[in-house]
Amino acid sequence: MIEALPPELLRIVVSVLIVIAFAFANSAIMVLVERKVCGHIQRRPGPFEVGPHGLLQTAVDGLKLMGKQLLVPAKADRKLFLLAPILSFVPPIAALIVVPFSPSSQVRDLDIGVLFIMALAAINVLAIVVAGWSSANKYSLFGAIRAVAQNVGYEIPLLVSLVTIVLWVGSFKMSDIVAAQSDLWFVFTPMGFVAFVIYFIAGMAETNRAPFDLPEAESELTAGFHTEYSGMGFGLFFLGEYTNMVLVASIATTLFLGGWHGPFFDLPYTGLLWFLAKAYGLLVIMIWIRWTFPRTRFDQLLNFCWKVLIPFSLVNLAVTALWLKL
Amino acid sequence: MSQYFKEIFGGLWSLLVGMRLTLRYALMPTVTVHYPFETLPISPNFRGHIDLTMHPETGESTCISCGMCERACPSQCIVVRSEKPEGSKKKVLVGYDLDFTKCSLCGNCVEVCPTDALEFSQEYQLAGFSRHDFHFELVGRLQARAAKLGLAPRAPVPAEQPAPT
Repeated sequence: MIEALPPELLRIVVSVLIVIAFAFANSAIMVLVERKVCGHIQRRPGPFEVGPHGLLQTAVDGLKLMGKQLLVPAKADRKLFLLAPILSFVPPIAALIVVPFSPSSQVRDLDIGVLFIMALAAINVLAIVVAGWSSANKYSLFGAIRAVAQNVGYEIPLLVSLVTIVLWVGSFKMSDIVAAQSDLWFVFTPMGFVAFVIYFIAGMAETNRAPFDLPEAESELTAGFHTEYSGMGFGLFFLGEYTNMVLVASIATTLFLGGWHGPFFDLPYTGLLWFLAKAYGLLVIMIWIRWTFPRTRFDQLLNFCWKVLIPFSLVNLAVTALWLKL
Repeated sequence: MSQYFKEIFGGLWSLLVGMRLTLRYALMPTVTVHYPFETLPISPNFRGHIDLTMHPETGESTCISCGMCERACPSQCIVVRSEKPEGSKKKVLVGYDLDFTKCSLCGNCVEVCPTDALEFSQEYQLAGFSRHDFHFELVGRLQARAAKLGLAPRAPVPAEQPAPT
């Protein structure tokens, strides 16, 4: 039976299954880490009762979400309403395919790796718009409108800062970018550092994380674009958000923090460990930022993007280009 | 122009200061009391529902069944049940019913009691499935408390029998 299948097909199926499992496991772990970190920042222990130190809390929460009824509001556009969670959940998982976790564990090393990721990450906004529009709820629609305005702005510094690195390496291929950092990680070069900071800020805005979580600002919009979603509809948005976070962290790790390279030396099989350590370090910093700062006002958000991030990233790109030419 | 850069770097610095603060808090021990497993000591001034004061030696109530509390109660939530055994000069308290669903915790009963037979209890874990769970019988509660302390259970009706004639 197995011999009859082309090995390449088998490889793809298995690796896609692994990627999906990784996305689910990552979300479960990140939700717990987030709640634990936020708890300790506020000097409380976070979830504590389910399992030792609350370790099983997310498993129980996940079960609860799956058991809930998926309600579709009467006036909602039913097809779009049901499509939106899938649309928010699939692209980040698909983008994980090109992430080089270690020299040997990358599903596909596409020649257009960076471009592929950016294209898929942009679909996230579409999912939010579809969700907000089809819910037939003014808060959802407001959330969607904000998401569009925010993402249109923040996509530019995000891409420009990535282009800086691509320009440097001369390739969109993830493995080439990692290989170029075997001696010096880009974050330790002045241009790379600026690009990294800009990418990190814009990435947080892209994933709608606090302090840039205006599309789902609880205090103004109840839950923003996913107000009307219940059960696994909401669960998939959540999974999508956390997968997007890990994607942003993985791209930052790959492009700026040397990917699977360790800081001093590389042992044969430590690549994956280094990669995950860096990516999850970035994720913890994202959580730390979220629980430190209040939500920005919308005009501040856009001003910051158009007046600070975009000029800085463009100047950074120009300087990099000049430096490479000289 | 210099204002522009000053704003950016000043803002960035303030962000870092904020993050240092939350990091410091994150590393401090938590202050949560894991409630059902741990509880905080209750202030002696805590005013819960009323309870009969226990005489420290006999374990009995000092109530003389005068009914002042019953009259002072603005919510009519107290009923003092007493009887006067034949030949006895004093009334004997047989039951003290408190309808806690009506009580407003004003404390008039405690104030007015001539023998200081009433006190506020320290009980705060009062949740029930039915309103009847809040109809307390205070004599029974007093006896239970006395039994817990190992004091002699209340003697059944004063022994002073009328002398046979």
